[in-house]
Amino acid sequence: MEAEVQEIREHMRHYPPFDRLDPKWLDQIAARTDVAYYREGSMIQEYGKPIDTLRYVRSGAVEVYRHNGELYNRIGEGDIFGHTGLLHNRRVRFPVRAIEDTLLYLIPADVFDRLCEEDDQFADFVELSGPRLQSTVEQNERENDLMVSRVRRLLTRSPVNIDENATVHEAARLMTDQHVSSILLLSRAEEGDERAFPGEEHGHWRLTGILTDQDMRGRVLAAGLSGETPLAEIKHDRLSTIQSDESVYEAMLAMLRNNVHHLPVLHRRRPVGVVHLSDIVRYETHSSLYLVTNIFNQDSVKGLSRLMPDVRAAFVRLVDDGATSQMIGQAMSSIGRSLIRRLIELAEADLGPPPVPYCFMVNGSMARHDQTIATDQDNALVLDDSFDPDQHDAWFAALAKRVSDGLHACGYPYCSGGIMGTNEKWRQPLSVWRRYFEEWIDKPDPEKLLHSSIFFDLEAVQGEERFVEQLQDLIAQRASQSPRFLAALARNALHRTPPLGFFRTFVMENDGQHNNSINLKRRGTAPLVDVIRVHALAVGSRAQTSFERLDDIVKAKSLPAGQADKLRYALEFISMVRIRHQAHDLKHHSSPDNNIEPENVSDGERHNLKDAFQVLSNAQKFLRFRYPTPNR
Amino acid sequence: MSNQRQDESTWPAFFADKAERCQDPALRAFYAAGVPAPQTPLRDVPLMALDFETTGMDVHHHAIVSIGLVPFDLTRIRPSAGRYWVVRPTRPLDEASIRFHRITHAEVAQAPDFDEVLDEVLAELSGCLVVVHYRGIERPFLDAAVQDRRGERCLFPLIDTMSIEAREVRQGGWNRLKGMWRGSRPSIRLSDTRTRYGLPVYSAHHAKLDALATAELLQAQIARHYSPDTPVSELWE
Repeated sequence: MEAEVQEIREHMRHYPPFDRLDPKWLDQIAARTDVAYYREGSMIQEYGKPIDTLRYVRSGAVEVYRHNGELYNRIGEGDIFGHTGLLHNRRVRFPVRAIEDTLLYLIPADVFDRLCEEDDQFADFVELSGPRLQSTVEQNERENDLMVSRVRRLLTRSPVNIDENATVHEAARLMTDQHVSSILLLSRAEEGDERAFPGEEHGHWRLTGILTDQDMRGRVLAAGLSGETPLAEIKHDRLSTIQSDESVYEAMLAMLRNNVHHLPVLHRRRPVGVVHLSDIVRYETHSSLYLVTNIFNQDSVKGLSRLMPDVRAAFVRLVDDGATSQMIGQAMSSIGRSLIRRLIELAEADLGPPPVPYCFMVNGSMARHDQTIATDQDNALVLDDSFDPDQHDAWFAALAKRVSDGLHACGYPYCSGGIMGTNEKWRQPLSVWRRYFEEWIDKPDPEKLLHSSIFFDLEAVQGEERFVEQLQDLIAQRASQSPRFLAALARNALHRTPPLGFFRTFVMENDGQHNNSINLKRRGTAPLVDVIRVHALAVGSRAQTSFERLDDIVKAKSLPAGQADKLRYALEFISMVRIRHQAHDLKHHSSPDNNIEPENVSDGERHNLKDAFQVLSNAQKFLRFRYPTPNR
Repeated sequence: MSNQRQDESTWPAFFADKAERCQDPALRAFYAAGVPAPQTPLRDVPLMALDFETTGMDVHHHAIVSIGLVPFDLTRIRPSAGRYWVVRPTRPLDEASIRFHRITHAEVAQAPDFDEVLDEVLAELSGCLVVVHYRGIERPFLDAAVQDRRGERCLFPLIDTMSIEAREVRQGGWNRLKGMWRGSRPSIRLSDTRTRYGLPVYSAHHAKLDALATAELLQAQIARHYSPDTPVSELWE
């Protein structure tokens, strides 16, 4: 299949009615699809004009009108239109206009006709105008629901098959060429065989087994078999499979039940793909939104605090399932933000509406989306400039206190540095915040910056997002123009250094002293984040996550791509060691922290940690040279 | 500038001349199909998006690995009528470009020499105006490869979506935005440019997919900055 057909198919298969089509249909549709671009405001189809394609919105949005010009529907990515016209004499029934720049996929009428004839589900969808007019919320819930989503959604490619009479060597070569970690074994079958399906070209086949990378090791190499061994001789006796319209949840259970990581997916008797445990993990992280829904159903701080064991369990499960630090950080941060939103909603229900508009802002790790489990709260309030302390401050002080106390009760301890909205200094109108930032940037004092650098990671959580956006704009514009600010920030980024050496039982410090534990946050992730922040501010990046900042830094050619990749690798690695140790602590019912003892680190991890610390150390040296203190 | 104007108006004459002199039958047919008259409005011009993946940027040291083309006009892009070839480069493929293009040694080893597909490529291009993103690759590499295999030149006018974008970035509305990002110009690479027109992100680096991406971009650029009545000579180079 050619790349552009793959691209088209890949998009369509996520949207109804295509999401329930047999993959073979999808291939045929994608191979015949044309493309057209419409500028915002232009007419796509006019009443009564001939129409010869079904239109699918690849990107953008369109409005569908009735004949009398009245707005009938507004649709976007993944929606279709034109089907009514195709079904009625090939003349446009509903005029359509692009309301954004729009890219359409055009499916020829003959393909559309055959689909309607041969696939009832598709025919129902287009003839009844589809369940699309139902609320999209419902659809979203469906999409995030492990129980109802079809396992077919997880398939990204057709399966790689081989005749079971072929040899191990041939299978290994095919797997390598096709970049797959498993291959399906087929044998010739009689047409009447109830497990048989017709092959691509001729004859009937039946699925008899699956062979994985792991089998290559366990069943071939470890058993001392030669590459010429026929596959039929080494296949497993039992084969678990799943039907493509079963739920993702069922697939997960089937894997757990049978202790396998690969599961062939069948459409009736024909194999249509293989799901791997990691596909499910990736899928499930999207639906950590489930916990979030639960947060919004709670009516008291007490109810919220009762959810915290679930949050910890979700964290541990993500780690065990092999999620990356970015996935975990995103999930934990969105849970934290939801918690704050709910606390604010509850507070406002008691206190009444805010006297002036405001924005609740978070800083530090929650703003960077790299929160883990043992983090304290950093937040602040940005108020409208009409704020009058005498009249309004009591309300905001009360709000800040409720949120802060609520977070504390839910396991996000108070900030020891007092970076919280409860602190009057951090509960100020926008103009004052602008002045704070202008002062930090224009008259940088390393001492003061040390305490305020946390504010350079900032994100709106609730209220007037534009207040925080304005501050982000201000930072992006000014910081890159102030060499003295960058120099001061760079100097501060050198305070926390990685250890000099990392041995089996101790850490060697720069002064030669030995320690038997090390704080991975203070000595690893935090200084890395600091280094990346300096580079990002220097190129005017507005990104808040470290990984996106690195992308901007590379784009601006401020660091060579190789250097940025090293930082990325080091950050990911140290973060994961830290996260894994926190998960370990949680599992053993001790309170998670950021300290690890070298003797609890495996040889492989130790080796990589050394490299990662070296990357940090070099990056710090480079920073000193890259952003020198300017002469006055 | 005056030089360029002259070149533009002489494309039809150049093609007519080549059609008579060329020895190679495929090239002769290619030139005989001609180019549109300079005043032809864009809406009437058959277009062909063309993209090569090469082993590098230098026409003297690097070679073509794959060729993708997608025919289109201002109203419709037809990937299904497009073509894609992998060819065996005359110079070895290094690991970096394998990773980049996702074309493997095995695929390349079985691929034909460029000479074997050249007639087909020329036949597809005949009568169409070529569209590329960044004129520094496809035209020079094709010309060099044709000279190498057939001993004759292969030159043609083309529309470069990157130069269109460069022009817009320099003169157009993007200039105003520049104040915010002082010193940094918006990128005019294919994927970054597409984003500014609301076009989706495509995942892979693949000659045919990039040709499709280029065709979509030109439709978007014409819709935003020009009109279907713009004469072709205003854009070709």
